[in-house]
Amino acid sequence: MSLFRSPNEEPLWKDEFSVFTSDERYVTRRQFTKFLTLASLGMFVGNLWILLKSRFAKSPAFPTSEVAELNEIPIRGVKLFNYPTPQDHCIMIRTSEEEYVAYSQKCTHLSCAVYYSAKNDRLECPCHQGFFSVKDGSVLQGPPPRPLPQITLERDGTKLVAIAVKGT
Amino acid sequence: MANLDPSKQRRGLVAIDGAMALIVILLIVQIWLLSATLETYLAGHAGAVLPGAIFSGLLFSAALTLNSFVNRVEKSSRRPH
Repeated sequence: MSLFRSPNEEPLWKDEFSVFTSDERYVTRRQFTKFLTLASLGMFVGNLWILLKSRFAKSPAFPTSEVAELNEIPIRGVKLFNYPTPQDHCIMIRTSEEEYVAYSQKCTHLSCAVYYSAKNDRLECPCHQGFFSVKDGSVLQGPPPRPLPQITLERDGTKLVAIAVKGT
Repeated sequence: MANLDPSKQRRGLVAIDGAMALIVILLIVQIWLLSATLETYLAGHAGAVLPGAIFSGLLFSAALTLNSFVNRVEKSSRRPH
């Protein structure tokens, strides 16, 4: 009557079809309990699957792509580019003389394109008023559930190149 | 045919019903735990994944223990075939 029957036990039909009709109460309860236990096993397997997926997930390899020349854009200016694929739209902002930041342009709420508001010094999503910090892409206000993925930039001579995406 | 004390049978059924109610509660907690773990993982926080799996395993072993308890009670309070 456990989850797995041993061959030495009585046949299953003797358990399931008793000669006493009142014993049906036991049979239905046992079957329901077994179903609940198997459902519990399913939930556990689901959690294990997430654990294995998180342990053995490969970190994706990103290409190196030229974004802009140094001093190509003014301070508080922006440049739009695509990275890592032509379908991934990104926005680069020059925050000071020597500092550049770049983020995915896709809002983490419903994927509208975010734009840079120089007046408020933040990234804004026009669809549902989701605002992101220019410093680290974190959510300042609105419905977005997580920060904008950040593009890692590197200086290569007089060029700025994108080398990775953080927080996808 | 062996006769069994009706009060013993009734007690057995009550015990089985109680165990079933407990398993249902454990299962609801496990469903919530799975959805919460999945949501945190997809949000990029992998720190909650291991504790979630351990806690889910503990809940499953509790459900398994209750299942064997139900089987034991059934054997002791049900009439022999």
